[in-house]
Amino acid sequence: MTRCRHLFIILALTLAFLTPVAAEDLLAARSTQSFPEAMLMLQESIREHGYTVSRVQRVDIGLTNMGYQTDKYRVVFFGKIDEVRELSNRHPEMIPYLPMNISVIAEGDQTILITSNPAIYKTLFSKVKNKFLFDHWENDIRSIFNDIREAE
Amino acid sequence: MYLRLPIIALLYTIASAATAAPDGASLYSEHCAVCHGASGTGGVGIPLAVDSLLSIVSDDYLKKTIRLGRPGRIMPAFPKLSDAQINAIISHLRGWSDRKLEIMPEKPVRGDARHGKVLYAEHCASCHGKDGEGGKGTGVTFSRHRDMDIIPPALNNPGFQAATCDHMIQQTLIVGREGTPMTSFLEEGLTEQDINDIVRYVRTFYSEDDPDARTGEDLPPTLIVESPYSLEETVENAKQAISGKNFRFIRTQPLEEGLVPEGEENSRQVMIYFCNFNFLFEALAKDPRIGMFLPCRITVVERDGVVQVMSVNPMYLSKLFNNEELHEDCRTMTGIYRELLDEISL
Ligand code: HEC
Ligand code: HEC
Repeated sequence: MTRCRHLFIILALTLAFLTPVAAEDLLAARSTQSFPEAMLMLQESIREHGYTVSRVQRVDIGLTNMGYQTDKYRVVFFGKIDEVRELSNRHPEMIPYLPMNISVIAEGDQTILITSNPAIYKTLFSKVKNKFLFDHWENDIRSIFNDIREAE
Repeated sequence: MYLRLPIIALLYTIASAATAAPDGASLYSEHCAVCHGASGTGGVGIPLAVDSLLSIVSDDYLKKTIRLGRPGRIMPAFPKLSDAQINAIISHLRGWSDRKLEIMPEKPVRGDARHGKVLYAEHCASCHGKDGEGGKGTGVTFSRHRDMDIIPPALNNPGFQAATCDHMIQQTLIVGREGTPMTSFLEEGLTEQDINDIVRYVRTFYSEDDPDARTGEDLPPTLIVESPYSLEETVENAKQAISGKNFRFIRTQPLEEGLVPEGEENSRQVMIYFCNFNFLFEALAKDPRIGMFLPCRITVVERDGVVQVMSVNPMYLSKLFNNEELHEDCRTMTGIYRELLDEISL
């Protein structure tokens, strides 16, 4: 039996016609704040936008424990339970993309925040009817990043 | 009558919004600072606040670089910025240097590319790569491991070749870029003719790889297989398969953990986290922006008695990063996920 014949169920068959990489596929911001300040501010702003922070993954700690040298690096996971439930029930193929996350990376005495633009899900998961939700997520992330960019 | 005032006010606002000059500083902060640094000192991108760069490059070079980006080398294309916005960004960049702009009229530089090739191999290839493919990783070192302070850009890049001109390359070799590993080759002892020969050779570079060609990789954004086992058995299988692939199992958790009070999570959606720290370390050196893939995870879901195992497809997401080197790692990771999913459900 060949590997190809294996059990891959291709759920989202629509291969989006992709325009050349545009900057907007990733959303990012640089903060002049130090890493701990930016982390605090990010989590505060996420909450103010109505989301729950579900977990902070400390990638740097994992690496350091294994003997690798790295600057501070965390991934903040967040979401709204209703939205996560609705999407995971109706569109299980989206589960590996849930909940949303933002990477927080120290760069010297400044901090970089980065995430994929939820708007890409409109083409990745074209079966999702509620496209408005992804626009809404994009707006929220932009607004969260603006909070952080503007803070001195 | 009473309506007239508000209408005039409205017209005035519309007019002033339409004519307001775009703000270069805030556009730079929004679109460029994340990579090139708030004041152009570099980061994921190379430094821009460099006198010996800004004094030799034309607005046209900067404009094309912003419009076209550097395909496969992280620097994105900005097709959506208006001309006025790009001009505003360029004025902002220009503000970082008060050295006089020395742009010569565009005239092809004459030289012998064959001799240039010999000199290139001797003087340039160690940094810019044998065929001009650039240094590994990009940008400026932070505390991640890198071989060099600033990663030498790719000279075979279609974005670079479209933006540059003979004269700019010539001046870069004559003047060097102070404060970067790129030195003046006149000072290094090459003659002006040697430099012209190298310019001719560099202009023959082109990259055969077309990053757009890979967008059609025909796998969906999510990899999914059905498991003939129960949810619990499938999770156990997954742990075994993971350690068999030299990954370290980290933990399992319900998808909804942290979003609802403990105990109220849907227990039929289980995430399994794992990592290969060496692979991660190498990938972060190529591109620090990969947090969305971290840590590696597989999700096991049971619905209506059917158990499915799924993961993201890193190769599909790779195109978000515009990073050729990272693409190789994404391809590897997609292969690993496929094998894991196969093994788990066998
Ligand atoms: C020690 C490493 C090193 C060597 C050797 C070197 N370069 Fe560079 N080069 C760099 C770096 C680093 C930069 C980026 C400088 C900056 O940040 O502005 C650069 C920039 C350039 C640029 C500008 C590219 C762009 O995108 O703006 C050109 C052209 C170039 N080098 C050509 C050459 C040629 C031709 C040679 C051989 C004669 C050479 N370099 C030798 C490290 C090197
Ligand atoms: C995602 C990161 C990223 C963003 C965002 C980005 N750049 Fe870049 N930029 C890079 C990298 C990386 C390079 C070097 C490419 C290479 O190594 O081949 C580069 C190269 C350049 C160069 C060529 C420099 C030289 O020495 O010739 C210019 C000019 C430039 N970028 C301007 C900009 C401007 C202006 C913006 C905002 C509109 C921007 N970049 C946004 C990463 C980025």
